[in-house]
Amino acid sequence: MPMLRAAFAADMEDLEKQLVRMGDFVESMLASAIKALAEQNEALANEVILRDDLADEMDLTIEQRCMRLLALQQPLGHDLRTIGTALKIIADLERIGDYSVDIARVAKSLVHEPYFKPLVDIPAMAAIASEMLRGAIRSFVNKDLELVRQVCQRDDEVDRAWHSLLRELMASMERDPSLVRQATAFILVARYLERIADHVTNIAERVNYAETGEMTELVRGHRPHLGDGLGGGLPERDSDPPT
Amino acid sequence: MSGGTDNPREPGDPGLSTPDASAGVHTLKPGVRITSEPADLPPAPVKMETRGVRVYYGEDQALRGVDLAVREHEITAVIGPSGSGKSSLLRCLNRMNDLVPQVRVEGQVLLEGQDIYAPDVDGALIRRRVGMVFQTPNPFPLTVFENVAYGPRRHGITDRAQLEGIVEDSLRKAALWDEIVQDNALRRTALGLSGGQQQRVCLARVLAVEPEVILMDEPASALDPISAYRIEELMLQLRHSYTIVLVTRNLFQASRVADTTGVLIDGQLIEYGSTPQIFERPRDKRADDYVRGRIG
Repeated sequence: MPMLRAAFAADMEDLEKQLVRMGDFVESMLASAIKALAEQNEALANEVILRDDLADEMDLTIEQRCMRLLALQQPLGHDLRTIGTALKIIADLERIGDYSVDIARVAKSLVHEPYFKPLVDIPAMAAIASEMLRGAIRSFVNKDLELVRQVCQRDDEVDRAWHSLLRELMASMERDPSLVRQATAFILVARYLERIADHVTNIAERVNYAETGEMTELVRGHRPHLGDGLGGGLPERDSDPPT
Repeated sequence: MSGGTDNPREPGDPGLSTPDASAGVHTLKPGVRITSEPADLPPAPVKMETRGVRVYYGEDQALRGVDLAVREHEITAVIGPSGSGKSSLLRCLNRMNDLVPQVRVEGQVLLEGQDIYAPDVDGALIRRRVGMVFQTPNPFPLTVFENVAYGPRRHGITDRAQLEGIVEDSLRKAALWDEIVQDNALRRTALGLSGGQQQRVCLARVLAVEPEVILMDEPASALDPISAYRIEELMLQLRHSYTIVLVTRNLFQASRVADTTGVLIDGQLIEYGSTPQIFERPRDKRADDYVRGRIG
């Protein structure tokens, strides 16, 4: 059967490509921000901060493209869900870009002081978040629901890492109040990474919707919290009796 | 018809119940079943139903076993490519096919649980209960008044005042009365009206005989966008008192007005569901391809 609406199909393909480019770009911002933090590289941190404008521009361009497709092509069925998904994904990507900038700012603030401990857990957590992000984008392009499932599962790993880091850094601060400034900075970074993983999970859930039409939360209670609270409260002290 | 005019329907219809036109109130009549399909809509009484309907034009088969439950006081849209059998299906619902030679209809078509093709059922009576508006406005070459009064007259109403009441009521329901009065057009030929007005005269003509179901076959496809929107607005108002089945190739018209939508392809109803479900997340691959414009 001949393909109808070939021009529209080409537009949809371009939209996917733009989305992949934005995903790659934001992922590189995250990687650079973590590298800047680990290597105490101020120039790289500044570069990440500058790149945010480009991420915002990509967000706007893709949003305009989606709105134009909705207005002029009146997409339905899978196409409608794909465009709705793209609109949600760019919002999540844009937020991930913002968190990367936040991490870069923390890196800048710590660039002239030696770290009180080697930075291991934060880069490890960031590596998982980055892999999740690449997987989520790949699942969108390849319409791969198995990959969606894997991405969502990894959110738990990031959550566990966040809680463990928070506990450890709080204990460090209690032991040595002179560490408060640096440990708080690391807590913020870990928190940003935890929320980045939540946004990636959102993306994966949207891909699931685009492909199945089912709008469900694949990871219970992962949604980024409004405000910047600690969502779930502070962990217990190591010295607290187990409840 | 509301508003105190006499009901022109003869008493003692052959086992078919009288409609309760009071808006929004479902009084379940004997033989009428409640459907819980589609699952994402509240249950509703089934006004009309086709069961395994097959239609043949000589050797050619237009419908290949269609099961469709039309929910009362809702708009059911039937969409599908050209030649998929949409109009054939619609014409089965009021035995319009009776008038076409070489047509054979198999299966059952139920109106409130009664088979309208049963031997003792009068086709003309069915066409009064199940009226039809066609693609091209087809007013008679008579005055607007005579167009609308035509049906009631044929059903034996001769009282002038009563006829005037029916004509005004029907034209009001068709959202045409004010325009007709303003233009002093009631006693002028309906052929002098615009296309959109002519289509509303045809609708008023259907409403004048107090149908329970209104079938609409591409009712707005020959109209300009504003007239088309006016017809859509009317459908949304009329569904409170009538049950509407709409056949259309205009997917967006269906998505704007219909409560439920069926996708007919090659004489088969391949998917039926709530309108949002059909247009946002059709389950059937062919239905998805059709609404996405990938097959025509």
